[in-house]
Amino acid sequence: MRIEKDLVAAAATPLVLAILSEGESYGYAILERVRELSDGELTWSDGMLYPLLHRLQRFGYVTTQWRTPTQGRRRRYYTITTEGTAALAEHQRQWVTVARTLQGVWRGPDALPFALGRA
Amino acid sequence: MDTLEDQIAQWRSFVAQGPALDDADVEELEEHLRKQVADLRTAGLTADEAFLVGVKRMGDLDALSHEFAREHSGRLWKQLVLCGDGSSEQSSNGSLDALIFGVAAAVVVVLARLIAGFSDDLPVWLLRNASLLVLPLLAGFFARHRQLTGRTWVLTAALFVAAAIPVNLYPYQEASGTELLVALHLPIVLWFIVACPYMGGSLRSAERRMDFVRFTGEWFIYYVLIALGGGVLMGLTTAILEPTGLFDTERFIEWVLPSGAAGAVIIAAWLVETKQRVVENIAPVLTMLFTPLFAVMLTGAAIVYAATGLSAAFDRELLGIFDALLVVVLGLVLYGMSARDPSQNPNWMDRIQLVAVVAALALNVLVLATMLARIGELGFTPNRVAALGLNLVLLVNLSGAAWFSIRFLKGHVTLHSLERWQTGYLPVFALWAVTVVIILPPLFAFR
Repeated sequence: MRIEKDLVAAAATPLVLAILSEGESYGYAILERVRELSDGELTWSDGMLYPLLHRLQRFGYVTTQWRTPTQGRRRRYYTITTEGTAALAEHQRQWVTVARTLQGVWRGPDALPFALGRA
Repeated sequence: MDTLEDQIAQWRSFVAQGPALDDADVEELEEHLRKQVADLRTAGLTADEAFLVGVKRMGDLDALSHEFAREHSGRLWKQLVLCGDGSSEQSSNGSLDALIFGVAAAVVVVLARLIAGFSDDLPVWLLRNASLLVLPLLAGFFARHRQLTGRTWVLTAALFVAAAIPVNLYPYQEASGTELLVALHLPIVLWFIVACPYMGGSLRSAERRMDFVRFTGEWFIYYVLIALGGGVLMGLTTAILEPTGLFDTERFIEWVLPSGAAGAVIIAAWLVETKQRVVENIAPVLTMLFTPLFAVMLTGAAIVYAATGLSAAFDRELLGIFDALLVVVLGLVLYGMSARDPSQNPNWMDRIQLVAVVAALALNVLVLATMLARIGELGFTPNRVAALGLNLVLLVNLSGAAWFSIRFLKGHVTLHSLERWQTGYLPVFALWAVTVVIILPPLFAFR
């Protein structure tokens, strides 16, 4: 299944914030986690993650720090802020509403995936 | 391994061409690519294959560069506002536009002076209307340069007319104080009207407003540079031609200087638009140089006046100087912010700027207190009201700036909220200038 571009774009912000709320991370690891969580169905080109992260930083949702891990090159780590957590909660409210609404109209055999999603 | 390094280096230099990507961004992307390649090689791919897959996954570089540009419009605002999707022919006829509008401004000034009848001292109506002769042409230059829709043209023209009518219909009295205030504040009003075609109609966008602040600062720097060059040229011209005796140097300067100053307004704006990179390198250095110096000077002045009190030395001229100083501080703060990389963490420059703002705030409060005492004693005059209003407007702005700076330095908020405060406050300055131009004269019966 290929998820439409607009939907991916809309999901990207809450997804990235949610992943960062699990703990600080860096670009490559965030994308790995996205692939893992969505079984590779929700993807976008790798590079596009960075403008998104920088936007979150500008809004104050994440802070960044350059660090060099014990092995490897210097990389930029992203940490979620309290404002970012608040924004994530707001996103969650909106998505739950959307999901509930769709579920309301899709009462049929196909409603199952959504019901599962909520569980 | 060598070839992989070469390939990555090539890719890196290609990515680095994106005007909105700075070194750190490129480094971040490179680190990502390297990790991807390493992982793919562990999975069994050869170096070549891993590199190709990694690059492919990174995505279309044009699209990526465009996305970076959208996020970091501050880094390349000139491309975005100049020609949208990079058409080069536009900038070439931009020079012709600049020339036409610049010459037009110079000619208009000459005509106005002809109408004024060669009189030696400038008539007040000309002084009052000086900015009205030049700034509409600047607006026209932007409207043409940006290829704006008819609606924005009409809106801008209507705003200029709306400003021109009261300014010229008011029956000012002889030696009127309000008339001078109008002459002083009208340029500010008109400058905000120029913002309308400059921002291409998107007046609400905080980013575009910041672009306009940036433009104002850079325009000022270019204007000063042109003025310096023009001064040298005029000085040499008079020095070399005076001995011939055929040449009335005073008359020459009197005619060339105002027209040159008018034309330079347009030329400086055009230079800001096209020769962006030159000033982009100077401007941060200038702010870095002068912010600490102003901070020292302001702190010194605040301490001295706090100790001695203002009332003794206080007169109209000193008040003017204080207001000018506060406006300069505000300009430095605004411009320093617009030239700053928003993704950087707080540094020593931000602290020094805070010192300057707090010292300015202290001076502002001193001036305000003295002025209120004076008004209580001697009553309101147009001058005092204008100065009082300006001080209040600045007081609120500087307080907000200090508040957000402190929170920014403590890490509670990002630079974004500081920027939002300043860009959100810009209309207050415009409103105050409009108030002085439109409401103050009738309020004081055009005295």
